[in-house]
Amino acid sequence: MMAVLFSWLAGLLFGVGLILAGMANPAKVLGFLDLAGAWDPSLALVMGGAIALGLGAFTLAKRRTRSLLGLPMQLPSNRKIDRRLMLGSVLFGIGWGLAGICPGPALVLVGAGEGKGVLFVLAMLFGMALFEVLERRHQAKAHAARTSC
Amino acid sequence: MHIDWSHFTPWTSLAGGLLIGLAAALFVLCNGRIAGISGIVGGLLRPSRGEVGWRLAFVFGLVLAPLAYSLVAVLPARRIDASITLLIVAGVLVGLGTRYGAGCTSGHGVCGLSRLSPRSLVATLAFMASGFATVFIVRHLIA
Repeated sequence: MMAVLFSWLAGLLFGVGLILAGMANPAKVLGFLDLAGAWDPSLALVMGGAIALGLGAFTLAKRRTRSLLGLPMQLPSNRKIDRRLMLGSVLFGIGWGLAGICPGPALVLVGAGEGKGVLFVLAMLFGMALFEVLERRHQAKAHAARTSC
Repeated sequence: MHIDWSHFTPWTSLAGGLLIGLAAALFVLCNGRIAGISGIVGGLLRPSRGEVGWRLAFVFGLVLAPLAYSLVAVLPARRIDASITLLIVAGVLVGLGTRYGAGCTSGHGVCGLSRLSPRSLVATLAFMASGFATVFIVRHLIA
């Protein structure tokens, strides 16, 4: 129960931060991504501020096996820099550059009652579902290849 | 390149960044999890026991943020220029790409860089470069 409450609180705080930072305004995000035009460097400060606080927290987190609520510390263990990582990130960057919206701000736009935000989130969920389908097919194929020989 | 001073908001952006960092810090220290939005949402599409409640709660928090913000201050202006078609294409690419790349601006950009992960640094450089290139092509080559 406490985990769900803290999760909600973290989401709320994260969302308020996105709004204050200007990340929930797609036009501003595109202004940051437009290096060759009139460049608005604000969002570099968002990343800087977030990491400034994050560094200490994650240094602490790495030393623990349990969270303050007693839950297992689940930090990513995958260190592979492979084609999936690169291709996925490049695709994400194209989508981000086309609309100026990434997943967090998309959900904030939904909460702001923005119809275009709802549309974007539906499309994003479709993309994520597509990934699940492709993954399952890929794993089934890999499994079939293993069992046939 | 020239800097657009009229839209530059260093203090609010820095303050917003600190809040985002605080949220990620709270989440990893209390819940033991990475505050990566694409992973949190994507995990809902392969639901397993004990994994649904906290994910929905985080999403609910994000969605409720504009309401909470508007209780204290006036919501900042926003503008979405993308057409309906472009929004759909962009949304699908963001959904598919973040799941293949196992993270987005929050998971790789904020949390990954904070924990000094080389994998996240590479991912962040890749999606930033790709975002810069896309805007360059759309605004300066096509338009």
